[in-house]
Amino acid sequence: MRAPRVLIAKPGLDGHDRGAKVIARALRDAGMEVIYTGLRQTPEMIAEAALQEDVDVVGLSILSGAHLTLVPRIREVMDAAELADVPIIVGGIIPEEDKDALMQAGVAGVFGPGTSTEEIRDFIHALVAARTSNG
Amino acid sequence: MANLVQELLEGSRRALARLLTYVENDNAQEELAQLYAHTGKAWVVGVTGAPGSGKSSLVNALAKAYRALNQEVAIIAVDPTSPFSGGAILGDRIRMRDLSGDTGIFIRSMATRGNLGGLATHTRDFVRVMDAAGFDIIIVETVGAGQSEVDIVRTAHTTVVVEAPGMGDDIQAIKAGILEIADVLVVNKSDRPGASQTLRALRTMLELGHPASKEQLIAHHGQVMRMQVNIAPSGQLPLWLPPVVQTVATDSKGIDELIEAIAAHRQHLQENDKSGIIESRAIELELYERLRETLFAAWQARTDTTQLQTLIERVRRRQLDPQSAVAQLLTSNGQS
Ligand SMILES: Nc1nc2c(ncn2[C@@H]2O[C@H](COP(=O)(O)OP(=O)(O)OP(=O)(O)O)[C@@H](O)[C@H]2O)c(=O)[nH]1
Ligand SMILES: [Mg+2]
Repeated sequence: MRAPRVLIAKPGLDGHDRGAKVIARALRDAGMEVIYTGLRQTPEMIAEAALQEDVDVVGLSILSGAHLTLVPRIREVMDAAELADVPIIVGGIIPEEDKDALMQAGVAGVFGPGTSTEEIRDFIHALVAARTSNG
Repeated sequence: MANLVQELLEGSRRALARLLTYVENDNAQEELAQLYAHTGKAWVVGVTGAPGSGKSSLVNALAKAYRALNQEVAIIAVDPTSPFSGGAILGDRIRMRDLSGDTGIFIRSMATRGNLGGLATHTRDFVRVMDAAGFDIIIVETVGAGQSEVDIVRTAHTTVVVEAPGMGDDIQAIKAGILEIADVLVVNKSDRPGASQTLRALRTMLELGHPASKEQLIAHHGQVMRMQVNIAPSGQLPLWLPPVVQTVATDSKGIDELIEAIAAHRQHLQENDKSGIIESRAIELELYERLRETLFAAWQARTDTTQLQTLIERVRRRQLDPQSAVAQLLTSNGQS
């Protein structure tokens, strides 16, 4: 089986990408190809990179607290770019009570602080396996 | 899958991205065959150099400048796969954020995946898919670390080798042996101390190492020497002396000069190689490579691994030498 391709993006205005880099490295060490695009990505930039790179999953790292506005917007822009079949997962500082809203916005998984990288890795593997078996 | 080709030719970026994935997974032979007749229009620029020399920043600046000239630009950014995990971090897009939002640009990152033979083939096929999609300029960025990267860059029409000051005493390209493949040399980070030394060192190396001066040496000593196939065959094409361009990629300084140098090289080839000697040689090499890969894959597919294991064990015990083992592997299978 080929290596899953994952886009790790940092939307929003906060200037910290340490967490995103830790995840990127962990996923690389788990055998994935991680496209890392750096800070302050707009929804349009994320959709564009996801399309050009033909990724299996988009992972968003959000620490700014703006996830409830950013994430639905990114899902929308990706859907409009014919990327409705590409799942989004979200990590960062996401309060438990916001999880449902994010899931309702079409997110495949939410990982709050303290999630182990193994958990995220396994979740992505399962997502990719489900995608490929659906054609 | 058949209409992917149609969609690509009609301009679909999604189809382009999908096809590249199929190519990478060795699953696009039919599509590549259909697309081949649509290729041969784009100019392919290879950009290579030591890690951190500013290749991605340069590609970013170059692409912007080509867009200003109304050229559509596709970029292939190659990064190494980790030999330990098989994964990779592909981070070249970080330096190319200026290019977002422009449909005349398409960026694709590619991991080396440890298959050195296949990598050059995949790069060539990526280039062809992008060429068929109508891009005027295709830029291939690779880290200049060794022979495999040199092979990738050899798929380009014009190869740009990037140096930067302060990356050690020696010029990195000389160590890696990639100076020989340069059609254009760039001293990037010219805003940094040491740039003029790097420039001088490069010029000296060029005078010593360039085929033009080698040729004179050879003639001088009356010896006949076969040139490497990657070097423009002397005696058939006038030699090209690589110009050296100073740039500050992050400030778009020197980029117009770089574009001019690439254009001059392109013109040099187009004027002097009307019969397509260079492309014929490149095709010959590509056919050899594909032949090797195909023969090996076919052999592997019909090879009994237990026989292979037995032979390995016999070679280890000094009962059989490796070349004789190969002879046995070839004769004993496919005929039974
Ligand atoms: N001062 C200065 N810094 C530059 C210049 N060009 C690039 N840089 C910086 O050099 C660093 C590396 O630049 P990249 O463009 O990522 O270099 P690269 O060769 O693509 O790096 P790898 O792909 O990792 O091998 C970045 O911090 C850039 O901002 C330049 O002309 N001057
Ligand atoms: Mg780079």
